[in-house]
Amino acid sequence: MARYLILIYGDEQAWDALPPEELEARHAAHVAFAASAGPAILGGAQLQPAGTATSLRVGADGRPAPTDGPFLETKEVLGGYYVVEAPDLDAAIALASRLREATAGLGGVEIRPLVERN
Amino acid sequence: MADAYRREWGRVLAATVRVTRDLDLAEECAQDAYAKALGAWERDGVPDRPGAWLTTVARNRATDLLRRETVLRRTLPLLVTDDVTAGPEDCPAPSAVADDRLRLIFTCCHPALAREAQVALTLRLLCGLSTAEVARAFLVPEPTMAARITRAKKKIAAARIPYRVPAAADLPERVGAVLEVVHLVYTTGHTAPVGAGLARHDLGDSAIRLARMLHELVPGDGDVAGLLALLLLTDARRETRTTTDGRLALMEEQDRSRWDRTRIAEGTALLTEALSGRPPSRYAVQAAIAAVHAEARTWQDTDWTEICGLYDVLRDLWPSPVVDLNRAVAVGMRDGPGAGLAALDPLLDEPALAAYGYLSAARADFLRRLQRWDEALTAYEEALILTANDVERAFLSARIDEARAHLG
Repeated sequence: MARYLILIYGDEQAWDALPPEELEARHAAHVAFAASAGPAILGGAQLQPAGTATSLRVGADGRPAPTDGPFLETKEVLGGYYVVEAPDLDAAIALASRLREATAGLGGVEIRPLVERN
Repeated sequence: MADAYRREWGRVLAATVRVTRDLDLAEECAQDAYAKALGAWERDGVPDRPGAWLTTVARNRATDLLRRETVLRRTLPLLVTDDVTAGPEDCPAPSAVADDRLRLIFTCCHPALAREAQVALTLRLLCGLSTAEVARAFLVPEPTMAARITRAKKKIAAARIPYRVPAAADLPERVGAVLEVVHLVYTTGHTAPVGAGLARHDLGDSAIRLARMLHELVPGDGDVAGLLALLLLTDARRETRTTTDGRLALMEEQDRSRWDRTRIAEGTALLTEALSGRPPSRYAVQAAIAAVHAEARTWQDTDWTEICGLYDVLRDLWPSPVVDLNRAVAVGMRDGPGAGLAALDPLLDEPALAAYGYLSAARADFLRRLQRWDEALTAYEEALILTANDVERAFLSARIDEARAHLG
């Protein structure tokens, strides 16, 4: 077994503009995903908007300097994630394909294997 | 030996990967086996089944190394395989070997890998081409190609792309990706992007070998039969595509008595199998077009009505500007150069064809037939800028001279 991080990316403005029924449907899809994937899900969360992010980079004095905003300024931002367990990439792709975000547009998902240390 | 190398490499490597569960280590062991064969076969003669001999030696070497390597720390996880407990000393059953090659090709052509990485891995691991040869075929510097192959292998291990034949439900889509890779290898070899020779026969041979292997391993698949038919029917014309002094010979001028009748017969037989698929694959329709050419005794006998009809079918199945271009050429052959030119006109605004030299060359040819030399000259000059193949350049230069002569 291996662990994968599933990153859900999308256009925040477009997400914000979604009608309430679609937001509700997306939320329900995550509940259904969690229920059906069950023990394969090791963790996950929806993130607050990118505007709430604080980034730290080393400042002139060598100490961490906080700045307002996400680490990378991109149109499509990270909106949520899951950590899942799967035997191989095909299984991880099959799992992530069940996410509404993988098929409903306004973004997509990225699958990243985690480094496993035995 | 060189022949055994190309023919058996994929088989030997694929069987060894299942022992090592590591692509680099398997390549090392397979190389070792070939090095041993060099001496042993010279001394004792080539064994009856060279592939089995090489596989056994490579797998024994792998077992040896793995025993020693257990103390080393691995940086990458082992490949994910189904649990198969075949002892390396056993001579594997032929069907198991076949499955190994399929596992290897589906791993190399996994959709999570970029197309260029799929092609590079397939040529390297299944066809036994060196990194330098793959780099030359795709016009990239060798270090770039080496980095591309290393990165792809690393992704296979780290992301755990499984060493496995896909489930039946996923098979058609996954076979489709493999066929695209094989077709790309063939077309790259058919007209080499750059250089002195018109074609790169080693790539053509590799593609046909891969298509044959797939046809043997996935019997009854119409798409696979269609691709193999297409490659054979196209390749039948190989020897006549250039004249003895190395000039380009258009199909119109080719000596049809020298077309390879064995390949044509095999391709035509496969075509029946390929066309039984509903709907037929694009490869089957392309093969049918190649078969119409193969059946015509002379250029004048070519059934252009049939070919235009097949291009209409192809366009519905697989819409692409290149298909539109070929169809327009066929229309011109059926209805005359004026009609051909009119059919090509709408394609001039097609962005995908903006740097496609064959569009200019096709227009130039119709303009030449219409004796509109001024425009023909411009079109030939455009086509010349867009190819770096020496044989094609020589052909176009000769046509430019012809047009200039008419313009006085």
